[in-house]
Amino acid sequence: MTTETLLWLIPLPPLLAFFTIWLVTNRSKSLSHTVAVGAALLSWAGSMLVFVRALGVEHLGAHPFESAVNWLPTGDAWLKIGVRLDPLTTVTLFFVAWTVLMIFLYSVGYHNYGQPPGDHDRPGLPPHGATLAGRQVPSIEPMYSRFFAFIGLFAFGMYTLVVSDNLLTLFVGWEIMGLCSYLLIGFWYAKPSARDAAVKAFMTTRIGDVFMLLGIAFIYSATGSLSYGEIFREEVLHTLASVPTPIFGLSAAGLMGLLLFIGAVGKSAQFPLHVWLPDAMEGPTPVSAMIHAATMVSAGVYMTIRIFPLLSLDAATMSIVAFSGAFTALFAATIAVAQNDIKRVLAFSTISQLGYMMAALGIGAYVAAAFHLVTHAFFKALLFLGSGSVIHGMEHGVLHTGDHVDPQDMFNMGGLRRRMPITFWTFLIGGFALSGFPLITAGFWSKDEILADAFGHGHLAVFTTLAVAAFLTAFYTMRQITLTFLGPARTKAAEHAQETKWTMTTPLVVLAAFAIGYGWVGIPEHFPVLGPLSANWFHSFVGGTLAEHPEAVAFSVVPLLTSLAVALGGLLIGWLVYRNVRTAEHDRLQIPLLKNKWYIDEIYQVVFIRPSFWLAETLTSKWIDGALIDGVLHGIGRLTGRLGHTLRNYIDKPVINEFFGDGTAHVAQWFGRSLRPIQTGRVQNYMLLALLIFMLVGSVVFYVLLA
Amino acid sequence: MVPLTWYVVLSAALFSIGLFGVLSRRNAIAILLGVELMLNAVNVNLAAFWRYGSDLTKMTGQVFAIIVFAVAAAEVAVGLALVISVYRRHNTVIADEIDLLKW
Repeated sequence: MTTETLLWLIPLPPLLAFFTIWLVTNRSKSLSHTVAVGAALLSWAGSMLVFVRALGVEHLGAHPFESAVNWLPTGDAWLKIGVRLDPLTTVTLFFVAWTVLMIFLYSVGYHNYGQPPGDHDRPGLPPHGATLAGRQVPSIEPMYSRFFAFIGLFAFGMYTLVVSDNLLTLFVGWEIMGLCSYLLIGFWYAKPSARDAAVKAFMTTRIGDVFMLLGIAFIYSATGSLSYGEIFREEVLHTLASVPTPIFGLSAAGLMGLLLFIGAVGKSAQFPLHVWLPDAMEGPTPVSAMIHAATMVSAGVYMTIRIFPLLSLDAATMSIVAFSGAFTALFAATIAVAQNDIKRVLAFSTISQLGYMMAALGIGAYVAAAFHLVTHAFFKALLFLGSGSVIHGMEHGVLHTGDHVDPQDMFNMGGLRRRMPITFWTFLIGGFALSGFPLITAGFWSKDEILADAFGHGHLAVFTTLAVAAFLTAFYTMRQITLTFLGPARTKAAEHAQETKWTMTTPLVVLAAFAIGYGWVGIPEHFPVLGPLSANWFHSFVGGTLAEHPEAVAFSVVPLLTSLAVALGGLLIGWLVYRNVRTAEHDRLQIPLLKNKWYIDEIYQVVFIRPSFWLAETLTSKWIDGALIDGVLHGIGRLTGRLGHTLRNYIDKPVINEFFGDGTAHVAQWFGRSLRPIQTGRVQNYMLLALLIFMLVGSVVFYVLLA
Repeated sequence: MVPLTWYVVLSAALFSIGLFGVLSRRNAIAILLGVELMLNAVNVNLAAFWRYGSDLTKMTGQVFAIIVFAVAAAEVAVGLALVISVYRRHNTVIADEIDLLKW
């Protein structure tokens, strides 16, 4: 099979799995997960084959694998859709395939496959546990098959987005994921909070998507094509860069880049559209991993890297991207410090790390952004799955002790290191990778590269912001690890927590391997000691995506020392501060401002949501529709009624009916009644009358007329 | 020669007597007699005006009088038949009691 054919086929198995589960195997839980995991395995195998083949091609960036078909006739030309395998696609496909497969496998364990159905479980609610031989044990998810159908469709959306060679099918995959994230965040739809979170996620990303669609339409109208190969040609880019637009004095290229970037802001949960992501934690944990690591949020960054040739043409747009990214990185990190929910910490850290990537793109370091995208996908998927494993273990403890504590609150944990060793070690690796623990972990290399680029290109403001954010990242990660795993158990549930099954721990181990090993492919060439030992494969490979190969920045000791200091310092301070904290009350960092996420949700409530409700309920419904439009209609109705009433009372009834109608009859009746007495029936009376009238008329004629 | 006025007075007297009889008599036959008197008063007039008219060769007055006789005869015949019919039905010839023409 040719590589192009393979590329066409890669997204299909999860889609087929979706339809198969939905239409055929829905009733059988084991068949459903076999179909879904099998499909993920097929796509994974295809992706790996493609990956290996791509590695064998020299100058893949200049000669990507491409295949396109005519799809939509547009007058005299065709809108083409197709697949494309260039270095960026290759590395993205690699991490997507691995994380998707791991998440699918993990879901089997997470939804308690093999456990009895729950005593009181209902579809739309998380399983509550079942009684087996007098003991409380976890129960299987009631909508097990439905979950696998949805994540299958989700995986299809992500694969489509990655292998696309044009913005149209990228957008299609993008929106399929938007739908799936809605369905999966609201998976436990009987919980009001999950419903609200699903709607919030959908609405918030929709704001970005509208701008993205505008950007796509702009590109199409300006260039007549949506294929990357067409848009990103030298001449086209040159033309776009020189065309001015009336908006903010940006060039056409800058405006297109900005519009598409707003789409990415929504999808990748950047400030100010980040609000949906923490709430998305309402979904099952594999969904959190799916959305927050492997797929949806990565899609935003992936797309921004894709349009980097456009973005880089306009310095103003680049600055917007850089500062929005750097601000988000720091902003989200400050919030993560004060969160107690294990998944929420990770959610904010995801926002922060995505901000890192955007900042890297904004300063022109797109290779570093891609590198961090990949490493982050691995260690964040690992962390989410690890936190899911922790929650699962805690839920087991909760069921075992009957002690109803929140299994997601880190202050209810502690001491899980001994109860759940595999989860602990893998989580530790993930956490250290996130913090950028030097030399060993992948996160160090990717983060260091971003910092080095920011420093090397002279963006000191961005560099400082990112360094502070990196410090906070290390700090809250260590806080999380310390509170969750170290010290003594703080609740009975934590004492009885249990290590999860192999289906859940295997993905953790695999992802942990990548969280460490993947960094080694991108060690900078000029790095002391290690640099000369390994070629910077990632940089030279992904750097070939663009026509001009980006120059590696000169090695400088300042960013290296900074990243060492912030990572180790953050970790150390985090451990020192939290090793003795026992309850949330003793946590000095529970500052209301941070705990309440800078009150952004409340501000949006006041600034956007209330006015929208007011606009809809009061202004439109009550005033415009109810008062104005209904008022006019009711007024016309009432006026017509009154007019009819008036006509009836003053014209019809008195004039027509009484005067003409009844009047004529009355007159006739009156005459009849008046003349009745002379109708005696007696001939002589008649004669007498005739005589009198004759004499009367005769005398009138004689004396008056003839006189 | 007797002047025309006398004839006219005679005729008027006859007519008035007849009219009075028609209006005042209760018996239907007497009313018919009154009608005959009135008709004959007309005939007297017709004959008198012919005789005192300008052209005596034309017999218009007499012819008119003859026609009136014929009509009177027919009228009496019908009238008497009606009276008999009414008498048979209602057992009366008093005009006041025959009021079926009433409303």
